[in-house]
Amino acid sequence: MKSLKSLTLIAAALVLAGSAQAANITVKGSDTLVVLAQKWAETYMGKNAETKIQVTGGGTGTGFAALQNKSTDLCNASRKIKPAEQINCVKVFGKRPTEYKVCLDGLSVYVSAENPVKELTVAQVADIFNGKTKNWKEVGGVDAPITVYSRENSSGTYEFFKEHVLQGKDFAASAQTMPGTAAVLQAVAKDKNGVGYGGAAYGAGAKALAIKKDDASPAIEPTEDNVVKGVYPIWRYLYVYVNPALDKGDIAKYLTWIRGDEGQKVVKDVGYFPLPKNLRE
Amino acid sequence: MSTTTVKASRLDFRSRGFDFVSFAFTSLTGLATLFILGVLAIIIANVVWHGWSTFSWRFLTGSADQDMFDVNKAGVLPMVIGTALRVLVMTVFVVPVGVITAVYLTEYAQSTALTTRIIRGAVNNLAGVPSIVFGLFGLGFFISFIGRGIDGGAPEPHWGKPAILWASLTLSVMTLPLVIVATEESLRAITPGLREASLALGATKLETIIKIVVPEALPGILTGGILAVGRAGGEVAPILFTGAAYYMRDLPHSLTDQFMDLGYHVFILSTQSPDIEKTRPILFATVLALLLLTLSLNLVAVIVRARVRKKMRAGH
Amino acid sequence: MTNAPHTAKRTVGWMGIHRGHKARPAEWLAEKLIFLVSLTAILMVFLIFVFVAREALPLVFGQMNSAAARPVIPAKEMGKLKPDELRDYLALTPEEFKRLDKEALTALMEVREEEGKEAPKDKDATVNTTEWKYLFAPHEWSDSRPEDRYVWQPIGRIHKYNLWPLIIGSLKTTIVALLFSVPLALAAAIYVSQLCRPSLKEWLKPAIELLSGVPSVVLGFFGLMVMATFLQGVLGYQSRLNAFVAGIALGLAVIPVVFSIAEDALTSVPRSYTQAALALGASKWQAAWQIVLPAAAPGVFAAVVLGFGRAIGETMVVLMASGNASIMSFSLFDSTRSITATIAAELAEAVFGGHHYRMLFLIGAMLFIVTFLTNLAGDLIMHRLKGRLEGKAK
Repeated sequence: MKSLKSLTLIAAALVLAGSAQAANITVKGSDTLVVLAQKWAETYMGKNAETKIQVTGGGTGTGFAALQNKSTDLCNASRKIKPAEQINCVKVFGKRPTEYKVCLDGLSVYVSAENPVKELTVAQVADIFNGKTKNWKEVGGVDAPITVYSRENSSGTYEFFKEHVLQGKDFAASAQTMPGTAAVLQAVAKDKNGVGYGGAAYGAGAKALAIKKDDASPAIEPTEDNVVKGVYPIWRYLYVYVNPALDKGDIAKYLTWIRGDEGQKVVKDVGYFPLPKNLRE
Repeated sequence: MSTTTVKASRLDFRSRGFDFVSFAFTSLTGLATLFILGVLAIIIANVVWHGWSTFSWRFLTGSADQDMFDVNKAGVLPMVIGTALRVLVMTVFVVPVGVITAVYLTEYAQSTALTTRIIRGAVNNLAGVPSIVFGLFGLGFFISFIGRGIDGGAPEPHWGKPAILWASLTLSVMTLPLVIVATEESLRAITPGLREASLALGATKLETIIKIVVPEALPGILTGGILAVGRAGGEVAPILFTGAAYYMRDLPHSLTDQFMDLGYHVFILSTQSPDIEKTRPILFATVLALLLLTLSLNLVAVIVRARVRKKMRAGH
Repeated sequence: MTNAPHTAKRTVGWMGIHRGHKARPAEWLAEKLIFLVSLTAILMVFLIFVFVAREALPLVFGQMNSAAARPVIPAKEMGKLKPDELRDYLALTPEEFKRLDKEALTALMEVREEEGKEAPKDKDATVNTTEWKYLFAPHEWSDSRPEDRYVWQPIGRIHKYNLWPLIIGSLKTTIVALLFSVPLALAAAIYVSQLCRPSLKEWLKPAIELLSGVPSVVLGFFGLMVMATFLQGVLGYQSRLNAFVAGIALGLAVIPVVFSIAEDALTSVPRSYTQAALALGASKWQAAWQIVLPAAAPGVFAAVVLGFGRAIGETMVVLMASGNASIMSFSLFDSTRSITATIAAELAEAVFGGHHYRMLFLIGAMLFIVTFLTNLAGDLIMHRLKGRLEGKAK
């Protein structure tokens, strides 16, 4: 075992110049946020060499489980914490975990580039995804049946869409659930009658529809500007949760930095949308 | 006993010149064989064709800390190391236990005894447990029960979380039957004369097993180990909850760290990449790396095994 | 099964040496240790069942309640509750209750109050959806369309856990996989073991077994990225990923299993059978079809049974290529969600120790029982076949 360990260490040393032991922050949770969290960590470590941040994904639920049993300091979440998770945390921390909004994510509705439909109202989107609308001609498209692509029901994106667009109703049973936003996009790009949804940070390969809040409102493209100003109707916050007892020193400094201008600049690079000025640090 | 008795009428095989039915069925079964091999060839060819251009030394030795979705920067070294580590650690656990079980079954056990039957039954059954159930088992037993148990009431769990160690242990349970079966086969291939000669020279049974029988069966043990590594190297379902990480900047430093994994990375790239068209070359190259690993291991196992079998035929 | 002269013969010679060991304690000890280690396989099968089932037990005994709306007591009325009432209301264990301070208890009360505010108010709000009847019997949910009465939708305001869509999904992909792989694998087994030249066999057998060296995640990838598009182009069905695509990709994982077992069974039929048939003027094909195959039939059957076990338990292929829609549909060209894919996709996001988490362990335990029984059946059949052929040959 000893030789094995030294083997790892040698291999590690080959790739990374050994970094000094210092403040260690572990981050775990949503796979939606893992790339962004990694970028934050790298940028921050580049400026604060004494801090070491380790980021892993696994899912929002996994993140909360780890937060609650203290195997992680910060939990990335693509949805709000659930009551059951709050209760678990209170039992361990004696307090509720502190919630920080860290960036915005606009959810786009994607169709194939060949699809003539350009805009839909939120209500039309809801009807398509819960199975009421079955043919594209009902929303101004060609006479063809709609194929609905949805996300895995465990994903934060799924829950958000279900709560806020479908108003809590179930997705059409025939909706195909894909394990990731990329899979949704790929399916939509290849299926001229397909429709799907996903983070606006993705997007290549398919066409994002402009969305109208209701019949009377203008159609809004899911661009950064529109999302940050709050005019695009389908968007959500992404969160980081922390045990309040740990929210001091290096961790607090890091959280402040994430939510400040520098951290929010990284958000843009990765493809999410920065917090509006009034929510920043 | 009577099912293999053949009716006399069916034994009337007088040949009637060219037998069309016989020809047709021989070709049909031959075609089926060819079809299976063809599919295998298509899979390999497709992966090599699309993956070759990205599959470079830089790709193999590049780390993922730049951007794992960028064709020009992404590398698979962390995944290769993660996969290698987890199968190496697995081998440490599975080979001794597998070999000792095989030694018991061939050298000590009464083949008709009930215990022997149950052990064999368990080995065969273990081979058929779904891989995802191993994942649940790893989470429920190794992490929640053993890991948390070691931690006791420690405020910060050190053992009770996904880690290389737990993933490896889970995989070693999964691959145990492979090692047992391969070792048993080669133990049986050893001529009884060898054992008898050793005994006649005054060695005890244990000495004979340690110094004569097991060394003689090394090729078989090796086959088992290689097959286990090949199988475990590509498995994803058992490590989903027991140790594989979506993304880690640093390489694992100890057995209680999580790791990135080739197979899991294939899953991530196929389903969660931000732009499937752009990352397609990385995906195919990663699949190619994984296939090279598992297929070459299987190929080696096949060759070693063929030698063992030849020896067995020569010995008897 | 027991064969008296056989046993008697084994008690002498090499196998009998462990008798009279008492004089050599080291030998005796080593043998016992070896025996103990060899019990690992049994222990592991046992532990797998115990520890997967353990996580599901609270569900089985009806101790979990997934009702969305529970009675709520406002947080500011906490002082009016007796300690026991408060502990009951917050569902705390006595140790937890002792450990938590007033601030924590208030926080818990607040969480319950907020939960109550967000809970739906309709007829299904107070339903404990983890009861057995909701797992298997149809139910008209207030927030699903009336025709969807078998629903697996664990996330949402009401947690719907009907298992039928998953069971049917698993069976659909399994059946396609078997229909595709069994004829191919059996034909190849007959060809390789009986019809082709021995020199060719040396090459063919390992080449086909190499297919088992292709990891299931690669088969899933191949199904998702290559086969799905190709098959949709050829057959023109609507959903790109469905039970058919997943079944075919799954079949590729099943072929090596069925092939090796069937080939072994066919090869284990004594050569004398074939030789006798050939001597009587049979063609190679007739000898294979009419003599060897019937003699090895139980082994071939076992190969199919074990192939079934492999197919129903395979995860990554179905997770990636089946589309994962939990629809109650018997069409092979509808997207499908299987038991294994459900566990793989949902466990990481489920609340640790919650009803969803335990439900996934429950379906995992069910899956284990099914594969345990099929493996056991396959094993018993093979054992009888071996006994029969060996008995015959002697």
